[in-house]
Amino acid sequence: MTAVVPQVDQPVFLDVDSVREDFPILKEHVHGKPLIYFDNGATSQKPIPVIEAMHRYYLQENSNIHRGVHLLSTQATIAYEQARSKVKSFINAGSENEVVFVRGTTEAINLVAQTYGRQNVKSGDEIILTAMEHHSNIVPWQLLAKQNGATIKVVPMTDQGELIIDEYEKMFTPRTRLVAVVHVSNSLGTVNPVHHMVEIAHRHGVPVLVDGAQAVQHMPVDMRAMQCDFYAFSAHKMYGPTGVGILYGREELLQDMPPYQGGGDMIRSVSFEETTFNELPYKFEAGTPNISGGIAFDATIDYVNQIGMHRIMAYENALMRYATESLLNIPGLRIIGTAKTKASVISFVLDGVHPHDVGTFLDLEGIAIRTGHHCTQPVMTFFGIPATSRVSLALYNKKEEIDVLVEALHKVRKTFG
Amino acid sequence: MSDLKELYQDTILDHNKNPRNFHKMPDATLSLEGYNPLCGDHLFLYVKLDNDVITDVSFEGSGCAISKSSASLMTTVLKGKRVDEAISLFEKFHDLITSPMDKQPNTDGLGKLAVFSGVREFPARIKCAGLAWHTLKSALEGDQRTISTEQ
Ligand SMILES: Cc1ncc(COP(=O)(O)O)c(C=O)c1O
Repeated sequence: MTAVVPQVDQPVFLDVDSVREDFPILKEHVHGKPLIYFDNGATSQKPIPVIEAMHRYYLQENSNIHRGVHLLSTQATIAYEQARSKVKSFINAGSENEVVFVRGTTEAINLVAQTYGRQNVKSGDEIILTAMEHHSNIVPWQLLAKQNGATIKVVPMTDQGELIIDEYEKMFTPRTRLVAVVHVSNSLGTVNPVHHMVEIAHRHGVPVLVDGAQAVQHMPVDMRAMQCDFYAFSAHKMYGPTGVGILYGREELLQDMPPYQGGGDMIRSVSFEETTFNELPYKFEAGTPNISGGIAFDATIDYVNQIGMHRIMAYENALMRYATESLLNIPGLRIIGTAKTKASVISFVLDGVHPHDVGTFLDLEGIAIRTGHHCTQPVMTFFGIPATSRVSLALYNKKEEIDVLVEALHKVRKTFG
Repeated sequence: MSDLKELYQDTILDHNKNPRNFHKMPDATLSLEGYNPLCGDHLFLYVKLDNDVITDVSFEGSGCAISKSSASLMTTVLKGKRVDEAISLFEKFHDLITSPMDKQPNTDGLGKLAVFSGVREFPARIKCAGLAWHTLKSALEGDQRTISTEQ
């Protein structure tokens, strides 16, 4: 055949029932009802291979890394560094030197604020944030702004929860030193056009930090395509362990940044007169890290890769459409965050029922959702609401669970209506 | 087993839907704002005092069913009470909603406030039930700050 056929999206198949077998916690009961877990934005559940990797490490492999000559230490070091390589490929970073292990997204952002930020953002300089940032991508910059006398500017959004890119473009001045933007909003679900935003910032010579805490588990991310300068994410929201996160940083920038914390591992040599710092990425990794977590994160990436991020994305998008349509059939239910491109998150308010009551009611039905401001108080203020109820989907959720949710919400309305 | 009816008793649902004494009081002796940042419950409490006696109470604001009905029920039991009686009621109510699960809840002297005994099974909701009462206590004790349940 020589005809050029336009590439059509292949319908993908994900055997959700077999995926669910990998997550034993999904068989638990809550208040006597089968657990339905829709709080994945807070943290996802963990599959057996991840739990086993952690278990195996403590049972058979436990040892400190980067310091022992003995076999276990050597093996632990190899395993931990292999995890770093795995992360490098997962996000398509340029090299392992660009992958810094941290505690999570929050620590990654604080690291950049207190190293790159302290060094480069001075009195009278400006930092650009957006109206939909998580508190962890606001407060570190406020702390920095206070320390160094800088100001913060905020990219506005529309009532749909989309950033107004024209306004963003106008915000750059010769004093702009950094842009920090969330890739996927945890309270609205909006997928921000980060590639485009990076391009605009770079045109003004300004580096960009992207908060990927809610992105890496729902879509492929590619550092070399995105060209951002820093990217932060947490393992625990992508089926991995808590206490492990990644700061990706472009090597040229990391090279010139001062260390974050001082201690073991981050030094090359120490005397009381002078200390020389270790090479990348160890310069930013003081002290014994979360070794079991790093190794389990390696297993996490294997797990996700084996299913395939494109498959996960297609499955979740279809589920998300189904959930959105089903929820909108409930009278008095309004979805907060109706951007054209969304991932995983459906935030809603129900007329006359406070989200906290929705949350408790659903809990008693075995359904775990998040209610509150989701660490995005400015977003709640913007929409003039105290809180929302949030359903956030993962690859193991299924239509039948959405149906149970919808039925329970009808009951909520009857009880409080 | 905790269930819905235990927490959301009919009295609570009724006061949520039709809160009593739900209005501003321009000539209040004391007024204070209460705020629960976790769920965004936000209320304004107004108290009229004649010497040591509470002659009128009202409230305004928005919140979940537990916080709203708790405020509403509170306003219905305070009229005619002395300040020290109101404080002692606060303490009894506080004990009721925070008492450990392995003990029978003590509802002595609480009257219809006893409908909140189910709250102790829901640690995430204790602050909701307590917000109006904490605000009251602070107002009576002369605290002028906004009262937040997050210390
Ligand atoms: C968008 C976003 N950024 C940052 C964070 C903070 O992540 P962590 O608590 O893992 O540091 C979260 C988690 O809630 C988030 O949703």
